[in-house]
Amino acid sequence: MQLIACPFCGPREEVEFTYGGQAGVAYPEDPAALSDDQWAHYVFFRDNTKGRFAERWNHSHGCRRWFNAVRDTVTYCFEKPAGTTGTAS
Amino acid sequence: MSPRTPGSNRSGADASTPHFVRGGRPASDQLPDHPDFLWRNPEPKKSYDVVIIGGGGHGLATAHYLAKNHGITNVAVLEKGWLAGGNMARNTTIIRSNYLWDESSAIYEHSLKLWEGLEEDLGYPILFSQRGVLNLAHSLQDVRDSVRRVEANKLNGVDAEWVDADEVRKICPIVNTSADIRYPVLGATYQPRAGIAKHDYVAWGFARRASEAGIDLIQGCEVTGFTTDGDRVSGVQTALGDIAAGQVLLCASGHTSVLTDMLGIRVPIQSHPLQALVSELLEPVHPTIVMSNAVHVYVSQAHKGELVMGAGVDSYNGFGQRGAFHIIERQMAAAVELFPVFARAHLLRSWGGIVDTTPDASPIVGRTPYENLFLNCGWGTGGFKSTPGIGWCLADTIAHGEPHPYVAPFALDRFVTGALVDEHGAAAVAH
Repeated sequence: MQLIACPFCGPREEVEFTYGGQAGVAYPEDPAALSDDQWAHYVFFRDNTKGRFAERWNHSHGCRRWFNAVRDTVTYCFEKPAGTTGTAS
Repeated sequence: MSPRTPGSNRSGADASTPHFVRGGRPASDQLPDHPDFLWRNPEPKKSYDVVIIGGGGHGLATAHYLAKNHGITNVAVLEKGWLAGGNMARNTTIIRSNYLWDESSAIYEHSLKLWEGLEEDLGYPILFSQRGVLNLAHSLQDVRDSVRRVEANKLNGVDAEWVDADEVRKICPIVNTSADIRYPVLGATYQPRAGIAKHDYVAWGFARRASEAGIDLIQGCEVTGFTTDGDRVSGVQTALGDIAAGQVLLCASGHTSVLTDMLGIRVPIQSHPLQALVSELLEPVHPTIVMSNAVHVYVSQAHKGELVMGAGVDSYNGFGQRGAFHIIERQMAAAVELFPVFARAHLLRSWGGIVDTTPDASPIVGRTPYENLFLNCGWGTGGFKSTPGIGWCLADTIAHGEPHPYVAPFALDRFVTGALVDEHGAAAVAH
């Protein structure tokens, strides 16, 4: 099973983690000001990148904290996060 | 005649002229003739009235119905790999139409009716077997949802009935219907007209008919870009050169967003690995199709004898056509829970496809911001069953430049208007 490097706990098995999708999608500063089209894009539309993809992960069966990771969506290999310990793949 | 060797005539072979000589190489005059090729492999022309990107089931079916229903044959199907080598070769071949919402049951029932006549239409054996599907209920909420879906199906002219646990056992004796298991079977919905088919033969049958009609099926032809002219797509750039196009249809399933990204169109799909597996060949033990969402697995037995099983997607986005083994383990555990007799079967092989999931678990079909570019994606985990139905509707859409009524509810703009067709769970969809 693939090991995923939790920045807080180190490498743990994939089953301990929950996927959170694309990283860096900020909640709109003024949601009421958005058009229907802009709101739809915030709610439903995410990048579907083939290749390097910045994602949110939650160590749900461990420390339960969220973190960002960059992963290749073709090889499924994680890039080693900066400033953390442990190997990512 | 075996569809694998359409040109050979095994039953008529003369016993005095054996095809192979034991212990040695057969002489060339003793070799059987090469079977007839099912389709041509032409060089692409410079221009087509219609270019279909994606040579899977949906693309090939659309090509067939463009020729058959509308007489449109100046058509190319561009496939980056080989014909029907993606999800069309990797699905679990379940065909049914017992979806909850009117919009869904309309298109899937249209498709099921076409399946019922497809072998004659294609003049090709597809091993379509209407052996029925049981969608098991394991909780009171499952029971309520299932009964509601049965009533909705009946109102839409879809064959459906609610059966209790005893009847489940009569239809499929190997299901564990005892009361002392963790998730007891409380009953099931049953659609007798549901079935399975041999996915490869379906693709080959469509490809053969389309090729006969003069449509060019071009393999090894990856689309690398588009040329646009205002609000029109004027052509596609491919590994085999530029091709001008009157109309363009995207049928690329999990890779659709790779194409739409080139055009600056955002489509709310997320591509995930979906795995399936087969057991070794077994004597016939499983007479129908069984699906369970709560104990997540779906199982049928192929004509050859393998148990064919699938379950949910791997959680993360992935384009790798493979997934993690713990998903397979979970699906085997579910299968053995429901079918104790399977505990003795051995896993033969497992594989993965790339499914294009959407926020409401319904497909995205129809118009795009480019007036001559049409979209067909987002079928997620259930695209195989829709193959003839969507091919029919897409051909009609292209011929008239207007979405067919059956696909109109699945337009991209529903995510802005809010008119979602939310089939998550509602449709016995195993996600």
